[in-house]
Parts: sequence; C-alpha cells; structure tokens
Amino acid sequence: MAAMTQAVRPQKRTFGQWARSRDGQKVFVMVAFMVIPLLLLFTFTYLPFAEMFGFSFYNMKYIGPRKFVGLKNYLKVFQRDDCFGALKLSLYYMAGSVIQLALSLYLATVLSFKVKGGNIFKGFMFFPYLINGIAIGFIFKFFYTRGFVFDTVLQWCGFDLENLPYWLKDQSINNISLVGTSVWRYFGQNMVLFIGAIMSVDSELYEAAMLDGANRFQQFRYIILPSIKTIITLNVILSITGSLSAFEPPYVITSGANGTGTYFVVMHEIAHTQQKVGLASAMAIVLLVIIFIATILQKLFFKYVFKSAEDEDLNATAKRDKKLAKLAARKAGR
Amino acid sequence: MTILQKIGKYVVVFLKYLSLVFFSFVAILPIVSCVITAFKTDVEYQQTNVMVLPESWLNFENFITAFQKANMGKAFINSAIILVCVLVASVLIGTQLAYILDRFKFPGNNLIRNLFLFASLLPGVAMQVAVYEIMYNLHFINSLWGYIVMMCGTDVISIYIYIQFFENIDYSLDESGIMDGASYFTIFYKILLPLLKPAIVTSCILKGVGTYNEYYSANLYLQDKKTLPTVATSLYTFVGPLGSKYNLICAGVIISLLPALIVFITCQKQIYSGLTAGAVKG
Repeated sequence: MAAMTQAVRPQKRTFGQWARSRDGQKVFVMVAFMVIPLLLLFTFTYLPFAEMFGFSFYNMKYIGPRKFVGLKNYLKVFQRDDCFGALKLSLYYMAGSVIQLALSLYLATVLSFKVKGGNIFKGFMFFPYLINGIAIGFIFKFFYTRGFVFDTVLQWCGFDLENLPYWLKDQSINNISLVGTSVWRYFGQNMVLFIGAIMSVDSELYEAAMLDGANRFQQFRYIILPSIKTIITLNVILSITGSLSAFEPPYVITSGANGTGTYFVVMHEIAHTQQKVGLASAMAIVLLVIIFIATILQKLFFKYVFKSAEDEDLNATAKRDKKLAKLAARKAGR
Repeated sequence: MTILQKIGKYVVVFLKYLSLVFFSFVAILPIVSCVITAFKTDVEYQQTNVMVLPESWLNFENFITAFQKANMGKAFINSAIILVCVLVASVLIGTQLAYILDRFKFPGNNLIRNLFLFASLLPGVAMQVAVYEIMYNLHFINSLWGYIVMMCGTDVISIYIYIQFFENIDYSLDESGIMDGASYFTIFYKILLPLLKPAIVTSCILKGVGTYNEYYSANLYLQDKKTLPTVATSLYTFVGPLGSKYNLICAGVIISLLPALIVFITCQKQIYSGLTAGAVKG
C-alpha cells in the first residue's frame, strides 16, 4: 500500500521530506520494530537449520578441519544400531501419551462440573508441570531407588520387596518407569488445556441436555467430545511428535544408560560428548523429516476419519473469509 | 427414583472422588516424599524408611548446607538477572512485532507469521547441535549476556497471544492518535502498550516459568558452573560424590521449587488461562 500511494505523489519529493511524511514514518517504524525479532529468528533458528543441513555432509568436530563425506552420515544413521534403533523406544512414549491423554480427558471432564475442592485437586495435579527438568531427575532417581518411596508404597499395598524389579536398572521395565515420569509431569497440564476447552462450550447446551434427561456419559459423548475435537486432535499430533523426540526423562534420570537412550539422547551424546557433529546433524535432519511426514500424515488421517472435521474446516474458511472482508472494510475506511 | 438408582448415584460420586484423590496423591507423592526426607538428619536418613516422618520439622540444616554447597545464592542472583532481562526484552520485542504484523499490511506479512510458526515446530534439542556452533562463533558460550540474547529469540506463543489481543483493540484508537499527529512510536508506547497489560502478564508468566526452569540450554551454554550457575543448573552439584545423600539433594530440590510454587499459588488463574490461550491459538 505504501508503494502505491507513493507512486501517485509527485516525484520531486526529497528523501528528507519523504522521511517526515506518514509513509516514511510507516516504513521507519516497521523496520525499527521488526529488525530485532527477525534477526534473532534468523540467527538462532534458520541459520542453524541451514548450517545443520550443511554439517550433515561432513565428517567434523565443532573446532578443527572438516572433511566432505557426502551421504555417508545418513547411511550411518540407518546402519548403526544405537541411532535408528533408538526410535523403537518412542513406542513406549507413544503408549504413555495415549494413557496421558485419556486420563487428562477424564479428569478434565470430571473437574469441569461442580466438584468439592475442585481447585485444590486441579492445583495438585498441575503443579508437576512447573518443576524444572533436573529437579524431576533427582526426584525420580530418589523415588525409584530400591526400597525407597515407590517400593515402600507398593509394600503398603501388600507387595513383597523381593518380587519387585529394579525400576531403573531392569531393562524390561525401566523405559516404562521413565514414561511414567513423563505422564506424571504432563497429565495435569493436558488436563488444564482440556478444562479450558470444555469451559468454552456454551453452558446452555448442558442445560438443554439435562432437561432432555441425558446422563453424564451422554453429555460427554455428544456435547463435550465433538466440541473439543480440535484441541484433542492437536494434542494427539503434538504427543506423537513429542514421543519421537522424547528427551528429558532419560537424559536427567538415567543419562540414557541400561537401554533407555532415546534417539535424541543418543544424538546429544554423539554431538556434545563424542563431538561427531556431522553424524549428529544427519540424525537431527532425519528425525525432522520423519516428524514432518508424521505430522502431515496425521493431518490427512484426521481429515478423512472425522467427516465432521471437514465441516469444521468449512466453518474455518467461512470465518477466515469473514475476517478478510472485515480487514478489507477496515482498510477501505482508512 | 428407586433405591437402586440412588445407590448407583452414590457409587458414581464415590468413584469420582476416589479417582480425584488417587491421582492427586500420585501427583504429589514424589514431592511430599522429598519434603519428608529434606528434614531428616544424616543418621535419621540412614536408619529410617524414607516414608517415616522426620523427628523434627524444624531441622533446616540440610537446606542451609544444600544452599551453600550448590552455591544457590549466586544461582538465584543469576536466574533473577536472566529472568528480568529476558522478560523485559521479549515483551518489548514480541509486542512490537505483533503491532506491526497486526496493524500494517505489507507484502511478506504472512510469510513472517509462517516463519515464526514453522520455527516453533522444530524440536529444540535437535537445533542445539548447530546453535552451539553459532553460539561458539559469537563467543556467547559461558557468557550470561549471550545466553540472555539466545533466550529472547523465537517465542511464537507470546507473539500469537499479543496478535490475538491486538485484534480486539479497536483501530479507531490508532486513528485518533494519527489525527492528533502522534507518531507511530507514540501511538504504540502511549496508547496501545498500556492496553496490552493482561496479555503481557499472561505471556510473562509462561515465558518466566520456561526460562526459570530451562535446564538443557543453561547446562550447554553456561558451562562454568562455579561462576555462572542458574537455579536449575546449580542442582547439578549433587551429581557425583554427593549423589547418594538424598536428604541434602531433596533440600536443594525443594529450594529450587519454592519460587515456582509461590508464583503458582499467587497467579494460578493467569497460568491456566495463559496456557489455554497459547494452546488454542498455536
């Protein structure tokens, strides 16, 4: 728009005049306000992204000579057992996030209706989300230590210490223990998100349903579930992406020992301890590609599975058109 | 209502509360066990079961020792500096960018929005492989200011919260400012920024909690744990020889949780609404 108005004006204006005019000011304020965020975005996201892509073709450390090796790093990612094989562990985290979503959906539904002490329950369950990663590491190392908190509680319930496994050492169970910590940390946060979504449902709908004699389960099935479908879909997508890039539980609790090293833990180790930057970059790129494919597939999947989701899309387009029209009107009014 | 229905109703209510109590218990059990252990003396810790309550709830010795051993005084100062700088800078950067993106139509507006959105999809840990190289070349490793600059970067959620908020501020306010001959800077700082206060509070809480708890990048870029500990990394002292003195470790963990707990208790509502606003938009 700025360019258009400028063209209409007489050409003779000097730069000084232009700088003092509205158009000049507009350009000036735009540059002044956008230069820092864009510079930061470029320096800490897109430049590293491009560099990482470049690194993945070299055999290199952070300092020192680099050797071009073509696609060798990518081949290694698929050949080495510790790299690509580590992605198998994501299945544990995916299973965990399914449980987490179901659990938080249940709790959110219960807490959205009148419950005595609801805020306290909500607070207790949400608080783990606010704890920093390393503190969680220590808390759960302590929690799972032989004969400590978890074992004691299980003994209260009648289990015999002899029959209990070493939660973090036993390879058949330690990944499940770690996934448990991740569920523990995030189910409250998910629950709060779902409560927010459920609260935004028109309360008249519930009243109408009550009058029609619908029970709680029917209310959930026919009112709540359809209206928060978008946010559930979003969370499913996020949780699958998150499972592929699971990192913190093994990093802070077991440091990836005893077969708990997820893909990113292995990548971190390769990049910062072994300093094989090229290989680590290739690993990062491979996972990014997988994540993008997974995201796109899921989006398509949800689009075709829920037919009504398409209606929603139509609604969204209608909304967008409306918004555009509003914008155009505003622009015309200027 | 028949008796059977009545009984059924009570059972449902009972199960509902039972499940709430159970999951609340699961959520706080690990933390409560830490609190119990933090108050135990060395002898007590070795001789009693972890779930046995401490003899005295006034035994603060572990807290004092942990605070000193982990250099937490310095850590709190560093974390406070980082927090204040990052919050001020990211509020200014974020609101200014949102102002331009919402109020000005120019080619590339949508492109910039999408660049920020795409950036948020890239997993952080993967990116750090190459960000480390950039930080190294900028001499930002082991530099508090370098770390702060990095933390101010992309934060698509606050930008979306601000844009959403700007959309609800009537454009006639801007117009009246223009009529009065105010510059765009004046309009932004004098008229619009004060109106953004609720959005700023929301995004500050979210960003603040994230920054305070950031462990991975703090560990990576502030490697000199003696002079540059943050609260999150200071706990790292307990890895190694002190690794089995859990009464000390738990005390350290509890100290590091306290600020988050205080913020949580005072700003519960804003935290919940901030999370919801961020998630629905993002």
